[in-house]
Amino acid sequence: MAEVIQGTRAFNPSTRAGIKFSDEALKTIEALMKRYPEGKHKSALLPVLHVAQAESDGWLSPEVMDYVAELMKLQSIEVYEVASFYSMYNLKPVGKCVLEVCRTSSCWTRGAEDVIDYIGKKLNIREGETSPDGMFTLKTVECLGACGGAPMLQCGAEYHENLTEAKIDSLIERYRSEGRRKSYTDLDYQNTK
Amino acid sequence: MGRKLLLTHDHVEGIQGYTAYRANGGYRSVEKALKKMTPDEVVEEVKKSGLRGRGGAGFPTGMKWSFLAKPDGVPRYLVCNADESEPGTFKDRYLMERIPHILIEGMITSSYALGANTSYIYIRGEYFYVARILENAIAEAYANGWLGKNILGTGYNLDLYVQVGGGAYICGEETALLESLEGKRGNPRIKPPFPAVAGLYGCPTVVNNVETIAAVVPIVNDGGDEYAKIGIGRSTGTKLISASGNINKPGVYEIELGVPVEEFIFSDEYCGGIANGKRMKACVPGGSSVPILPDYLVCKTAAGEDRLMTYESLSDGGFVSGSMLGSGGFIVYDEHQCIVRNTWNFSRFYHHESCGQCSPCREGTGWMERVLHRLEKGEGNMSDIDLLVDVAKKIEGNTICPLGDAAAWPVAAAIRHFRHEFEYHVLHPDKIKDPKHGHREPIMPVKPEPVTA
Ligand SMILES: Cc1cc2nc3c(=O)[nH]c(=O)nc-3n(C[C@H](O)[C@H](O)[C@H](O)COP(=O)(O)O)c2cc1C
Ligand code: SF4
Repeated sequence: MAEVIQGTRAFNPSTRAGIKFSDEALKTIEALMKRYPEGKHKSALLPVLHVAQAESDGWLSPEVMDYVAELMKLQSIEVYEVASFYSMYNLKPVGKCVLEVCRTSSCWTRGAEDVIDYIGKKLNIREGETSPDGMFTLKTVECLGACGGAPMLQCGAEYHENLTEAKIDSLIERYRSEGRRKSYTDLDYQNTK
Repeated sequence: MGRKLLLTHDHVEGIQGYTAYRANGGYRSVEKALKKMTPDEVVEEVKKSGLRGRGGAGFPTGMKWSFLAKPDGVPRYLVCNADESEPGTFKDRYLMERIPHILIEGMITSSYALGANTSYIYIRGEYFYVARILENAIAEAYANGWLGKNILGTGYNLDLYVQVGGGAYICGEETALLESLEGKRGNPRIKPPFPAVAGLYGCPTVVNNVETIAAVVPIVNDGGDEYAKIGIGRSTGTKLISASGNINKPGVYEIELGVPVEEFIFSDEYCGGIANGKRMKACVPGGSSVPILPDYLVCKTAAGEDRLMTYESLSDGGFVSGSMLGSGGFIVYDEHQCIVRNTWNFSRFYHHESCGQCSPCREGTGWMERVLHRLEKGEGNMSDIDLLVDVAKKIEGNTICPLGDAAAWPVAAAIRHFRHEFEYHVLHPDKIKDPKHGHREPIMPVKPEPVTA
């Protein structure tokens, strides 16, 4: 459910000056806004927020949301209230790779809790925490529609199903060696079944 | 082997791409509909097919389509519901990932039938990579003249877009979905007005599930009568079932409606029986929102008849001894699974996903979650069990959207059929101390003695 957003833009509009999205992102946002009838470009807000999050270290600060509001000619509150409603928008900083482990029935039945414990011990973090090197955040989420491949986790655009300890080890190793941020909007995803 | 209509070419190399899809008869329904049929004739075939909504409610699709208001000069919209978030359901993802073009084809044929010139596929944000697959398929369809202006020279125009959500189960509810598609929070709207009259941007709108739209393809190709020959009674055609839990072969299966539940669970063609040689304890046949059934009511109805995979047979016995086909999210639990813990798991889900608009749902789901958690940890008492029943009753029917009911039913059903297991948690807190792996000793449901006159 909704999280409280701290800080308001009115206090320090100048912080926004530092925010700039890449040309590619701006082009994507412009194209997204054109997909709706005249005057209905607010419809693009959810997809635009995904682009904004990928451009902003994986989370939406009030300043970033203000910037989105400006880009889309919306009131800031319209952006805040949407960002705080949906679970995929992070309103606090997160690690480069957010490991989102499904905890709902079918996954739970097939060992989701062992997965959460194992990752937690391996990275020495608890649910909701980020590893000190800023690489991983451990998060639990509700059903991701992969019950047939339970237990599973999502990281960025990637789905990893039928998890075992060995599989988790190699996944974490791969992410460490790649060392880059995983976003939902990534085009080069590698799912594992 | 049952007949397949949607996953016929599932195994074909390259079926994800346009060339293979087209070579295997793809886009024939668009040719047939646009060139040889009027929109009303397409609607007529869908009516004849008896197709019922595959998103969960099972409402007849042809009837829904004929309710669409058609005021002059106002655009109409078709919106595909690809939000798929009901725990236990993953069939739409499978279909969109494996055969994306069948959804695109169904969207074109259906949009034509409804007179829509702009259509949207609203897909849950977590399925971002599936949205990419659909976007590629849409680009291929444009490139080959199936989308855009003057399709096949018929003068019909259609633009199709994929919209990703932000992560919220409630956006699967059709009016919440429309709110979300308008760039707002996913708060369900009060009905009426129904989307058929005032939907997206206040215009007449049809919202249909992915599988429903895909089923329009074989219906138009082969005719509604042919489709209606498959199945039993008012359960016509084929259905995708997402099978998961403690079974040997989890996965998505296309079944002819009418397959016996016993065959579905135990035959090698489908689930392949219970994993690790265990016994089945319970089954949730239609996604987390439908009542759970104890083992003795899964394969047989209370009257002792074979239970079939149809809308009617699964709900035989109503809420006393039946359940529902729902979205086809079929979850099986083995003898070691803990029903109290599973019910708590579902409650936590609904509490997390409540949009918070109605007090009975917002407060009630949280209350049930807390009480269930207490019971599950062995810290509850006997009166908590009746308290749960009471809270569930107070939510049911008192909310804007059916999420409230969906949260209440599983709790009520679990207590109805597994009360002794709830009591066990109160009486033997020591034995459930490490509940992570379910029960060490199986606790099986107790079949009530038949009442004799
Ligand atoms: C809480 C809730 C969640 C729902 N989630 C979905 C969903 O994920 N996918 C879906 O197709 N229908 C879902 N529905 C049903 C839709 O409201 C709607 O009935 C359906 O999209 C209509 O399509 P159909 O007639 O083709 O089934 C949900 C309903 C409720 C109340
Ligand atoms: S029943 Fe629950 S989810 Fe539905 S509108 Fe009310 S509060 Fe929101």
